[in-house]
Amino acid sequence: MTAAPKPESWVRVLPEGLYVDPGGFFIDPPRAVDRAVISHGHADHARPHHGHVLATPETLAIMRQRYGANAGAAQQALACGETLRVGAVDVRLVPAGHVLGSAQVVLDYDGSRVVVSGDYKRSPDPTCAPFEPVPCDVFVTEATFGLPVFRHPPVAAELDKLLRSLALFPERAHVVGVYALGKCQRLIALLREAGHDRPIYLHGALKGLCDLYERQGVALGPLEPATVAGGGREAREKFRGAVVLAPPSAIADRWSRRLPDPVVAAASGWMRVRQRARQRGVELPMVISDHADWDELIATIEETGAPEIWVTHGREEALVLQAGKLGRRARALALVGREEEDDAG
Amino acid sequence: MKAFAALIDGLVFMPSRNGKLRLMADYFARAPDPDRGWALAALTEGLSFPAAKAGLIRALAAERVDPALFAWSYDYVGDLAETVSLIWPERPTGAPPPALGEVVERLQAARRMEVPGLIEGWLDALGASERFALLKLITGGLRVGVSARLAKTALAGFGGREVAEIEELWHGLAPPYRALFAWLEGHGGRPETRDAATFRPLMLATPLEEGDLDGLDPAAYRAEWKWDGIRVQLAACGGRRRLFSRTGDEIGGAFPEIVDAMSFEAVLDGELLVARPETRGGDVEIAPFNRLQQRLNRKTVTAKMLADDPAWVRLYDILVEDGEDIRPLPFDRRRARLEAWYGRTRPGRMDLSPLVPFDDWSTLADIRAGARANAIEGLMLKRGDSPYVAGRPKGPWFKWKRGPLLLDVVLMYAQRGHGKRSSFYSDFTFGAWRPDGRGGDELVPVGKAYFGFTDEELGRLDRWVRNHTVERYGPVRAVSPELVLEVAFDSVHRSTRHKSGVAMRFPRVHRIRWDKPASEADRLATLEAMIVD
Ligand SMILES: [Zn+2]
Ligand SMILES: [Zn+2]
Repeated sequence: MTAAPKPESWVRVLPEGLYVDPGGFFIDPPRAVDRAVISHGHADHARPHHGHVLATPETLAIMRQRYGANAGAAQQALACGETLRVGAVDVRLVPAGHVLGSAQVVLDYDGSRVVVSGDYKRSPDPTCAPFEPVPCDVFVTEATFGLPVFRHPPVAAELDKLLRSLALFPERAHVVGVYALGKCQRLIALLREAGHDRPIYLHGALKGLCDLYERQGVALGPLEPATVAGGGREAREKFRGAVVLAPPSAIADRWSRRLPDPVVAAASGWMRVRQRARQRGVELPMVISDHADWDELIATIEETGAPEIWVTHGREEALVLQAGKLGRRARALALVGREEEDDAG
Repeated sequence: MKAFAALIDGLVFMPSRNGKLRLMADYFARAPDPDRGWALAALTEGLSFPAAKAGLIRALAAERVDPALFAWSYDYVGDLAETVSLIWPERPTGAPPPALGEVVERLQAARRMEVPGLIEGWLDALGASERFALLKLITGGLRVGVSARLAKTALAGFGGREVAEIEELWHGLAPPYRALFAWLEGHGGRPETRDAATFRPLMLATPLEEGDLDGLDPAAYRAEWKWDGIRVQLAACGGRRRLFSRTGDEIGGAFPEIVDAMSFEAVLDGELLVARPETRGGDVEIAPFNRLQQRLNRKTVTAKMLADDPAWVRLYDILVEDGEDIRPLPFDRRRARLEAWYGRTRPGRMDLSPLVPFDDWSTLADIRAGARANAIEGLMLKRGDSPYVAGRPKGPWFKWKRGPLLLDVVLMYAQRGHGKRSSFYSDFTFGAWRPDGRGGDELVPVGKAYFGFTDEELGRLDRWVRNHTVERYGPVRAVSPELVLEVAFDSVHRSTRHKSGVAMRFPRVHRIRWDKPASEADRLATLEAMIVD
């Protein structure tokens, strides 16, 4: 019996991105390539113009919604749990719990297993399947919140901040900054779970993906466009005490000033640090993240049992240090094309 | 601790004053005693825990967190209390999270060596937001953008009372203010305070506007100087003595000589100054405002400060005499009581602010224009029949600020401005004439002005500068000495840092004298004569 190949001999960092040699494909490449496996629909992972795309059916639907004809010349769906042989590699997609359709990419080659996490979280999310840890030789983990100060509080308590504010300021609109894919729908679903059954108003940029979620079977309740067009004072009255969702860039902008005395809120893991929230003009920060926090990153590393950890996508240095203290061989994967915070925190 | 932490977080992020008031009132309505009382004390800066310092917090964190991880985190977060609150790796002890009241009371009772253990236990028992509130609370300085006054305003709103009523009671009460909350909630009487040396909210004057005088009967008003110090209230009742700022903050600690001199039973309104009584002719010599300012923000006072910059109070009014509240009396009656009281009592370090007699408004305008003492900010007009009421009612009291000092000077240098003015020469250095020692005259810079002109004038000045440049030093141009500016300023002081030996306070361009020859501009000696240090 021959020893399994060393992982770094078959999964490598090339200028185009993380490359799986025996399969001839990249995972989440930041540039257009011939063959790509895509973990989920966020723009820093799913780029347009690839020749051949392999992803979950939900992720492919999201890419088509975003990129239309540029979503990939050939698209191949692989449902979570199923295995597909690509070249000499077995590829399996396993839920990552990040957004609808998000998946870890499990790669088996000649007795060696590498799991690329994509983005993931461990806290429950009514809009997507939960993360499943997969034992492996190398776990390639994200590190968006890879500092020990990032410890997300329970979601219920964060949501309660919004509900309390709605009760305290019933005459004010509550504009919540959310990322269009994932956070938006998760927040709506959480509000519905908490019994909030009023219409929720959406900035135009959020509608398409909400519709897509509904088509994929995620019920979101009554949603209405947050337009004041055609109406004067009365048209604005409906926003009093209402939840209005908008992309983060719109909440402290002219767009939200049309609403009655808006309370500017945001739902993001970055809201954990007060100064960050204040810089963005947020007066009601909710620490609701679709990424693993520090404790979840550590717990996941331990659960996978992987002796080797590759850290990418965020603050690598702290997590590398901590994984080392846990007895793992850990290193940072220097992938290009990712800026801090351009991802859906 | 949870509700208090939510309040702190809410206040940190709430930009509007009204929103802050609402958050505080909501908290007072929901939180139980004594927590809300301690929270009120924290918001009004009435709490301090000398044994809990930032260094102690840092040391506690260092015992549990890898130094590199802590350094990276602190670097990212930028605030020690917040970093520790977020990073703290709890070791669940099973102890229930402490209430705010428990934290305060146990810290106050603890011996110094017990403090680290207490804090460590609480950090383990609390969540991140509560840890943040705890650390901010005990290390002092909540920094949530709430003044003591705003907290009291919220309290007044919560209880449906006037903030003046709260202020009057305030210094007779102590945290956790149970009786106060009971009264505000309507299930207790107005708190009896045996301590009568509390703050009585000040009566304030409205600025006199153009044309106001036309409608006023000079015979109904009294005039007195408005001194350039800080307005204070002296309260000495039943053995307690307090010196209050105009907002009701106690500042007696910084001015012990005044507190020492308050051996009487009265509440007085006056102006705090730095002044020496022992000068020739017996006149009180008042020092410039900046000398007072140097003493203002000190917690402790040195003997040298007491000797160099002794404090003085110039009395305007009497509110309480021997336990009798005479605020409802008309001003004239109170003034008579003040004069009689002063004649009997002769307190040290105080004198009466004299009334300024006048027959009609034009006489008074002349008197005002002639006032050159730096210590005079202007005139106060008070109706003879006005009772002393809290706040700023329009009509009974006016302040008539002194017109600025004026000087004709010559433009010497111009520098590009900042921001939207960065393409214009908009910072102007100007000079006055003095003998050059060789039988002629020379200009010496006496000040710098950045504003006081319209955009149109700025454009014209800018062109003038470009056409009259004689030399350039980087962003600065020296211009030929031809243009006269009439500058206005509040006062002038001696200064060793300026070549001219004088420094103006708030100089601004009043008029551009395109018409006036530079040789007719003012001389340094004229400016020096305006110094009344
Ligand atoms: Zn993502
Ligand atoms: Zn990402």
